[in-house]
Amino acid sequence: MNKSKKAIVLKAPGTNNDMETRFALEEAGALAETVHVNSFAQRPGMLEDAGILVIPGGFPYGDYLGAGRVLAIFLKYRVMNEITKFIKKGKLLMGVCSGFQVLVKSGILPGKDFENRATLTYNDSGRFICRWVRLKVDSSFFWFEKMPEEIELPVAHGEGKFKGAQESAKGLIKSGRVPVKYIDNPNGSELDIAGITSSGGNVLGLMPHPERYLYDFQHPARGSRDVKVWGRLMYRNIVKNA
Amino acid sequence: MRKVRIRGLSRKGLLDISGKMVLSLNGAEMEAVKKYYEEQSREPSLMEMEIIAQTWSEHCKHKTMGGPVEYTRIDISGEEKKENINSLLKETVFRTARELDRDYCLSVFEDNAGVIRFDSDSAIAIKAETHNHPSAIEPYGGAATGVGGVIRDILGCGRGARPFMNLDVFCFGPCDTPREEIEGEVLHPERIFKGVVKGVRDYGNRVGIPTLSGAIIFDRDYIYNPLVYCGTLGIMPVGHIEKKVRPGDVIISIGGRTGRDGIHGATFSSAGLQEETDSGCVQIGDPVTEKKFADAMLKLRDMNLYEAVTDCGAGGFSSAIGEMGSETGALVRLENAPLKYEGLKPWEIFLSESQERMVLSVSPGSVEALGKILDAEDVEWARLGEFTSSGRLEVYYKEKKHADLDMEFLHGGLPRIKRKAVWREKPSADFEAGGISLAEAWKKVMGDLNVASKERVIREYDHEVQGGTVLKPLAGKEQDAPQDGCAVMPQPGSKRAVAVGLGINPSYGRLDPYKMALSCSEEAARNTVAAGGDMKKAAFMDNFCWGDTRQEEVLGGLVRASRGCYRASMDLGIPFVSGKDSLNNFYETVSQDGERKKVNIPGTLLITCAAVSEDAGLAVGSDFKKPGNFIYQVGRTYNEMGGSVLSRVSGRAGGGVPDLRPECSRGALGLISSALRKKTILSVHDISEGGFIAALSEMCFSGVGASVDICGIKLKDGEFSERESDLIKLFSESNSRFLVEVEPERAEDFEKLAEEAQIFRIGETTFDEQITVNSGLRGILREDIGVVKKIWKSQIDE
Repeated sequence: MNKSKKAIVLKAPGTNNDMETRFALEEAGALAETVHVNSFAQRPGMLEDAGILVIPGGFPYGDYLGAGRVLAIFLKYRVMNEITKFIKKGKLLMGVCSGFQVLVKSGILPGKDFENRATLTYNDSGRFICRWVRLKVDSSFFWFEKMPEEIELPVAHGEGKFKGAQESAKGLIKSGRVPVKYIDNPNGSELDIAGITSSGGNVLGLMPHPERYLYDFQHPARGSRDVKVWGRLMYRNIVKNA
Repeated sequence: MRKVRIRGLSRKGLLDISGKMVLSLNGAEMEAVKKYYEEQSREPSLMEMEIIAQTWSEHCKHKTMGGPVEYTRIDISGEEKKENINSLLKETVFRTARELDRDYCLSVFEDNAGVIRFDSDSAIAIKAETHNHPSAIEPYGGAATGVGGVIRDILGCGRGARPFMNLDVFCFGPCDTPREEIEGEVLHPERIFKGVVKGVRDYGNRVGIPTLSGAIIFDRDYIYNPLVYCGTLGIMPVGHIEKKVRPGDVIISIGGRTGRDGIHGATFSSAGLQEETDSGCVQIGDPVTEKKFADAMLKLRDMNLYEAVTDCGAGGFSSAIGEMGSETGALVRLENAPLKYEGLKPWEIFLSESQERMVLSVSPGSVEALGKILDAEDVEWARLGEFTSSGRLEVYYKEKKHADLDMEFLHGGLPRIKRKAVWREKPSADFEAGGISLAEAWKKVMGDLNVASKERVIREYDHEVQGGTVLKPLAGKEQDAPQDGCAVMPQPGSKRAVAVGLGINPSYGRLDPYKMALSCSEEAARNTVAAGGDMKKAAFMDNFCWGDTRQEEVLGGLVRASRGCYRASMDLGIPFVSGKDSLNNFYETVSQDGERKKVNIPGTLLITCAAVSEDAGLAVGSDFKKPGNFIYQVGRTYNEMGGSVLSRVSGRAGGGVPDLRPECSRGALGLISSALRKKTILSVHDISEGGFIAALSEMCFSGVGASVDICGIKLKDGEFSERESDLIKLFSESNSRFLVEVEPERAEDFEKLAEEAQIFRIGETTFDEQITVNSGLRGILREDIGVVKKIWKSQIDE
């Protein structure tokens, strides 16, 4: 198999979306492997053999110090060189839900140009929320290739509100780094931001969960109208573009 | 080493010791202990007394339901009929699997959980527990550890199953109960409600298991003793169902450390709650530790690196090692157990119920490989000794032997105590609704706390994690229409699903525990079938929560309910595979002048039904899909208003509790099952609490209107006035009924399928967003969906 179709799903103690993420990647044609952070730290060179790295959702290390924070620190001080190299080569890195929080809190997203100017914090409601949301996507990003303007995916998070300092939310939109926004904003995210990319476009942080929508009958409004399986399509896009 | 002096003591002296040490052992049991030690010519050590009390606790041994009962039934004329029941469990729920003899039942009432076949390679493990007393005194921690505990039951079933869904059912006092109406030092229901929901949320979400199914019941009789049921389902390869401990195997503990939290949990939950009950009996949960060892343990399982596993639940190491080694023997070295902090006494280490611990039995040659994997995943483990062939439980701390008990005595020495139960038939009275208008009754029913939307709670639970969720608790266009049961695909890559439904109704139980069991069983089955479950691959699970069964009438109700379970199981052809009882759910206050006052909960039975569905896509959901489709009622309506929501909101008693008519039931369930498989229906909702009108309203919450004529629904048995007839058709809660939506072009197909079931075409779905009910030319009810939905959605919020 082509090296670029190899995918690593990075798992920390408390990560809990690894099984379905790995399955979604495999279903889309990747050769996926789940790797524990402890073994990753011992052999970070394994990234050289992979084209895709996904940090799935969950509660890494319990999230007691803020969502994603401990794993972010771990990445920052243990394996940042390898990850930077991986990104520079144009390989694909995606963080979903808590994975998005990890990318932001480790500084990988938004990236050097917006350093320390964004975070993901508690939902406006102050509550965890699990529901499906309507999203407005930009299909010129390969992540959302061949999709119409409006799609639906589930969200499930307590700390999903995107917040930028010094107009960074606006700046990110202006610089074409926001491929996906909420239509019915569930958490109070600034400018309805549901996901952002790196300046190169090959790193995506995404709050909603594409891996939870791989069959049409999972859609909550199935039967009352035609539905397309956006999660599956998104993973196909990822593997195709790796 | 401390000894407990019991030899030569009078019964009163023995009972004093039992009370002082919180042993929860009665006179006869203490006598049996005394006799054993007199034969041994020594006194028991402190640790031995604790081990015996834990092993013999109601919580661990189910003495009441497993023991003999002298049952007296007194009919209305006062005539008494006595019978002797040898074991309530064996004569009711245990019997069903044997008599029905279904080949998909792979392990029944043996292990931590019941096991049924999923496909040729895998099996489903199913278990529910309660954590009532801990949740009463420390709601957040009590509920969280309830979730954690039942997950470990599944992890410890066979050689371990992977949990794929949770269910949670709560019974609380009403949140608006004025504080001054509550006696004694108990937490306010609102605080218990909020704490329990947060505890379940924080544990379930963190550990990564979708919380898919649940119910919340509000009733004043739960103010002093709330109920918290936690259930988990797991999937495992069929080859891992069997486990066997071998002498010479190493005892290894994995997971969390041992602390002083949760000492006496088993014995404390086996007594009633009292004002002075202290929260040190409640454990502290850490979901990430559980997730870590669970992942690592399942890896070890697949590499065959251990022989057997048991969770540390009530009774901690004592219970886990004592049970695992019951047929061999065990030698334990407690000084090796990792501790949270120094200063624990040896008996505390052995009995502590600290969470997130499992005990493995490992062949000596596998220890090294096992340790390596656990180390790599940051899972702490320790060698606690070995299983022996001595037939004894020997516990050392350093050089000192703290316990040396004969396993046969420990597990078989418990005296069987005959209990007395009485059931008095009550004369039945007709239900009379008073002057309430139909429109007012409709709104009151939709606003009743037990019918009202639980969205506020449901949204806080992650019900999509693991990616297998199909039928969610809420769905439809606005994602707020309630669904019957749930469906989930446990195995990535396979579209096979498991459908789960629940039934619980204490209002029925107050009037008639037997019919409560019938109705709850059928409701669970209805929900499961509506979610796509295959009746021929279905299993039941019982969870009894009862009051003080030392009171003869309270135990009488339990006998009736157990017998109802047996009848329902046989009539529906669904065997019980697992169950649990929690007795002693009562609260006792002592006033200053020493007067004791006892509040019992109403006997409460939760029935869970789980069934395999060959195709996850079968579950169509309960929300109306499109305007212009036909609406049918499946099944007949009877005059069964007893315990109904209408009786509650109108404040009127009387009427009979819904009965189960085996043929109607099989007809209706069979019809829904085949209609889903032939894809002739677009939505299906069972008629249960709140009756026909509640079900119809809920189906409309997708935003699709309905216009129905109830004139054609034929009532069975009796002559009724126009008003009586309207009330019964709209609000009676008769079993074996559904509402379904059928496209006009499929109507003929559907009607053909219905040969063995009664169906009534009553109207159609509409474009106008209204719910309209007529009876012939009489307009009965008409309201905007939005108005009804608002009432239904605005009851439970902060």
